Amino acid sequence: MDLQYFAELFLGGLTRGSIYALIALGYTMVYGIIELINFAHGEIYMIGAFTGLIVATVLTFAGFPTLAVLVIASVAAVVYSSCYGFTMEKIAYKPLRGAPRLSALISAIGMSLFLQNYVLLAQTSDFLPFPSLVPDLAFWEPYAHIISSQEIVIITVTAVVMVLLNLLIKFTRMGKAMRATSQDREMAMLTGVDVNRVISMTFVIGSATAALGAVLIASHIGQINFYIGFIAGIKAFVAAVLGGIGSVPGAVVGALVLGWTESFFTGYISSDYEDVFAFIFLVVILIFKPSGILGRSETQKV
Amino acid sequence: MKRFVLFAAVVALVAMFAGTGIAAETIKLGVGGAHSGDLASYGLPTVKAAELVVKDINAKGGILGKQVELVVEDDVCKPEVATNTATKLVDQGVRIVLGHICSGATKAALSIYNKAQVIAMSPSATNPDLTQSGENPYFFRTIASDDAQARLEVDFALDTLKLKKIAVLHDKGDYGKGLAEFAKKFLEEDPRAEVVLYEGITPGAVDYSAVVQKIKRSGAEAVIFGGYHPEASKIVTQMRKKRMDTVFISDDGVKDDTFIKVAGKYAEGVYATGPKDVSKNPLAIAANKAHQDTYGAEPGAFFLNAYAAAQALLNAVEKAGGTDDINAIVNALRTELVDTPLGKIHFDERGDAIGVGFSMYQVQNGAYVEVQ
Repeated sequence: MDLQYFAELFLGGLTRGSIYALIALGYTMVYGIIELINFAHGEIYMIGAFTGLIVATVLTFAGFPTLAVLVIASVAAVVYSSCYGFTMEKIAYKPLRGAPRLSALISAIGMSLFLQNYVLLAQTSDFLPFPSLVPDLAFWEPYAHIISSQEIVIITVTAVVMVLLNLLIKFTRMGKAMRATSQDREMAMLTGVDVNRVISMTFVIGSATAALGAVLIASHIGQINFYIGFIAGIKAFVAAVLGGIGSVPGAVVGALVLGWTESFFTGYISSDYEDVFAFIFLVVILIFKPSGILGRSETQKV
Repeated sequence: MKRFVLFAAVVALVAMFAGTGIAAETIKLGVGGAHSGDLASYGLPTVKAAELVVKDINAKGGILGKQVELVVEDDVCKPEVATNTATKLVDQGVRIVLGHICSGATKAALSIYNKAQVIAMSPSATNPDLTQSGENPYFFRTIASDDAQARLEVDFALDTLKLKKIAVLHDKGDYGKGLAEFAKKFLEEDPRAEVVLYEGITPGAVDYSAVVQKIKRSGAEAVIFGGYHPEASKIVTQMRKKRMDTVFISDDGVKDDTFIKVAGKYAEGVYATGPKDVSKNPLAIAANKAHQDTYGAEPGAFFLNAYAAAQALLNAVEKAGGTDDINAIVNALRTELVDTPLGKIHFDERGDAIGVGFSMYQVQNGAYVEVQ
């Protein structure tokens, strides 16, 4: 019984960590390239969830099979959110690229508030039900009480996305340009790297992972509203810092550590102080490893 | 000239008091509560309810041949003002008060009423201590106290569903935690029940799988949850996805159609307490219509509770044969059933209305249905 309980908490923490990881990737990539904490990232996630809901509702109404709905809704959310990420960078961050870092930070917070209120006004302030797009598989039923098929999909997608991102950064031309931009933007420009394109691409990739996560997570939890991006975004940001902001594997490790910390603490001690414990853990890690678990140690300017 | 104006004013004032003194052949119904300031919208409907009831009674010849006169005083919902308000009412010879509105102000005013042996009946003060402390023998109310929902939830789980092992959860907010604390207390007082888990959850978290696993491990047969529908729907959904059929009982923060909309098929079978449905009571329909006709607007907060309170007070005065014997009025309130918009009510020995309060509802086929 106890081993089973431990396994259940472990899997619960793994799911929760994967949820954080999908959002944390966007934070950490943007920070890695232009050293900006993109506070509006959570809102991109939220917009992805809304797009997914709208598309899924229309398609379900039109009688598409569940799997097709899931794929098309995910693609639509990814495309739409990526457009938002791309546009947001052009409007809110590019004009401020030479400005002091605090200006860009304030711009990010403004963007976050703007997008939240935009969705609040354009859509609704109510909680909306999100259909369960990942079907319960019949052969999995005996194990469904331990881990549901939705949770397996979330964990798998996170793993795949992380591997793909690592491959992209390590082995492609774009990845090379990203690394160059992150190390020294001016020098990269001098050697002929199109820095604007690299930065846009970073925002697009970050937004795409967030949107993909949004559809899967919303379908797992079953409800969305305009505020979900803020709450999930804060936790994902903590995960990114915990793992070492700027590092892609770090974001995933940080997210998993945060997920497990919360899950085990709730399971074995109490959920009353779940957040408190998560943040104490963050503080302790940052005392011993100021740049995060996998972060490169370098002097930061914030 | 100035002195003359002052003199005239004093004479006029004295004459006015004398005027009220001469017309003493009335029964004075005091109305105390928040009539201005931020919370006026909670207090003014009570004044209107009192006006309508008194108009109705006076049109039928009054009580024991005497007309009823309203004495309205404002406490702005502030305890420090409420003692003055209460003193003013007592000084004007009021023996029965409809009010006050806010729990804090009511408590402060009661210190005056207890000494002066004045009956107060609140349509809205829900703080449990007001009746349960036993310090306020002349206080009554026509609204259920904060712990009534918890009481109903516990009684329902133990008596109706015959469950023993209960997990109590809350969302750490004032409302949810308050209810959960009462539920826990009632369960611990009952030898049949066992509280197997008592936890606060983080509102707005992305998932509650760890808490749900904990509920499962505790072996709870039912969960009593204090809080609102967003968290309730997430917990219920996750419990059902983990193939748990644990009974879920909650409060009127969950008795909301949004809960059913969001939790969908997982909402089926969930219990939630909510105010008794009085919308089909003919007296409630009549009272609302009278308000609409007289003031040209829909009635505000606690209107029906205040209407019922005014009726109960005046009925008790009539049965007691006047306002001279305060204990006779108290006795009449406890024993005489009054037909009000809230149904037929009377009061228990602590002052809480019997027949007013909450009912248990269950989600059946996508709608809340009153149980029993």
